[in-house]
Amino acid sequence: MTAAAAVPIRERAANKTFDVERIRQDFPILRTKVHGHPLVYLDNAATSQKPQTVIDALVRYYEGENANIHRGVHYLSELATAEFEKARETVRAFVNAARASEIVFTRGTTEAINLVAQTYGRVHVGAGDEVLITAMEHHSNIVPWQLLCEEKGAKLRVAPINDAGELLLEEFEKLLGPRTKVVAVAHVSNALGTINPLKQMIAMAHAHGVPVVVDGAQAAPHIAVDVQELDCDFYAFSGHKMYGPTGIGVLYGRHALLEAMPPYQGGGDMISSVTFEKTTYNKLPHKFEAGTPDMAGVAGLKAAIEYMNGIGIAKIAAHEHGLLEYATEVVGAIEGVRLIGTAREKASVLSFVLDEVHPHDIGTILDQQGIAVRTGHHCAQPVMERFSIPATVRASFAVYNMRAEVDALARGIRKVREVFA
Amino acid sequence: MAELRDLYQEVILEHSKAPRNYREPAGTNHKAEGYNPLCGDRFTVYLEMDGDSIRDIGFQGAGCAISKASASMMTQSVKGKTRAEAEKIFEQFHELVTGHSHEHEAELGKLAVFSGVSEFPVRVKCATLAWHTLEAALEGKQEKVSTE
Ligand SMILES: Cc1ncc(COP(=O)(O)O)c(C=O)c1O
Repeated sequence: MTAAAAVPIRERAANKTFDVERIRQDFPILRTKVHGHPLVYLDNAATSQKPQTVIDALVRYYEGENANIHRGVHYLSELATAEFEKARETVRAFVNAARASEIVFTRGTTEAINLVAQTYGRVHVGAGDEVLITAMEHHSNIVPWQLLCEEKGAKLRVAPINDAGELLLEEFEKLLGPRTKVVAVAHVSNALGTINPLKQMIAMAHAHGVPVVVDGAQAAPHIAVDVQELDCDFYAFSGHKMYGPTGIGVLYGRHALLEAMPPYQGGGDMISSVTFEKTTYNKLPHKFEAGTPDMAGVAGLKAAIEYMNGIGIAKIAAHEHGLLEYATEVVGAIEGVRLIGTAREKASVLSFVLDEVHPHDIGTILDQQGIAVRTGHHCAQPVMERFSIPATVRASFAVYNMRAEVDALARGIRKVREVFA
Repeated sequence: MAELRDLYQEVILEHSKAPRNYREPAGTNHKAEGYNPLCGDRFTVYLEMDGDSIRDIGFQGAGCAISKASASMMTQSVKGKTRAEAEKIFEQFHELVTGHSHEHEAELGKLAVFSGVSEFPVRVKCATLAWHTLEAALEGKQEKVSTE
């Protein structure tokens, strides 16, 4: 029997209305064979695969809707503009923002965070001020703040984590002070899987009058996000990690903050009038969307959200949680495996190291069995340093993964142990 | 799984577990540090040069099996060689692991066990990291070499 060919009975029994086999049919790439084995794709935290509906949305856009938005009086331009703004409404509902004008399209999480650092940050962070992040951030939620701090003579402060990979909330609170001007934190850690206690953290920051920027790249695919309930000030995420196309992402920003912020890039669409003496900026959110946006990408992102909604985020989360628990058990039981990131609240990510075998070697041997995992520092070198390891192997789960694939992973790891015995 | 065994030959596994010349020679007068940011491999290569020849060589650091075994076997193969000879071996070794040419396999002796690397292009950097570092040490370069 091959790894992904059959779904064990218990897999269907576990969730009667959730048929993983049917879901798998929505993803054409899952039919790929790798080195003669069925593809076992467990690198979803890097980027997820795309369902046919998302691929179709891209094609449909170019076949029937393509025109530049906000610019023409002609039929296609109006159609493209209307579709673009419909997608914004879909995103608004997805994160439950109060207004569609709080949704800014970006290239991804990275650009969204840089946008906040370069606009809100440059206005509000000055010499001697502080930006507070955590020890589990992705490089894209470290470096933009580092650049800002360097430019302004400000200080980057880092809230520590414990050996399980959980934020030390009391330490975080202690680091909040009169000099803290921004807090930037991951909702879910990409290297450890930890879900941060965001609501508490945001309440603490707000008690000090400090706005909070949330890196939601790893949360949006797995957790129902409600920016009003969280009460966060900014929330960034990427389409490609949640079944959408590459090159498109979102920045949610609280209306009053976006309104007061200077623009990020200058160009077309972001202005309402330009003379050589003075430019008046366009209203929100267009002020932050200079130039021709990724219109096809936006159409694809809308289709991705509709795909997720069609299944239901709660069901996706429950399925992935079941896989994570199962994987934690069977991989954790393999001799020599040490799990990195054992927080009580986790989503989708199983990071581990194996005795003396370097993750890079593990990755190659797993790949030979068709299993795609990520090996390396996961753009979170400070996390690796915290655990005194150069790298980990990371398996990360999506809606289409199965227990049989977790079994294949476990077999693969045993094979690694054989090779290195 | 024939290909996997091509890559992880017994000799390679053995060297990765018990690397030779894993030390800093007392007479070190040249050294360089090599780093592969992709996987975090990091090695220092130490040389005791006597004029133009490598009187002693050692290395230290951390990395995957391929990079460690390559470093270990490199130290054995260039010890006692002149700079020009060491550079020639690297050239031939490089051709071997990139799959450009197998014509020097015989000359390379034991190092020929790395020929399987050519089937795994992403691992070429692992196999050559120590060699690039050696090159930097021979040139007396001060900056860290990086494979990126
Ligand atoms: C936690 C986290 N933040 C930010 C990013 C960056 O996302 P992107 O590369 O899509 O901008 C990633 C993904 O690589 C991530 O996992």
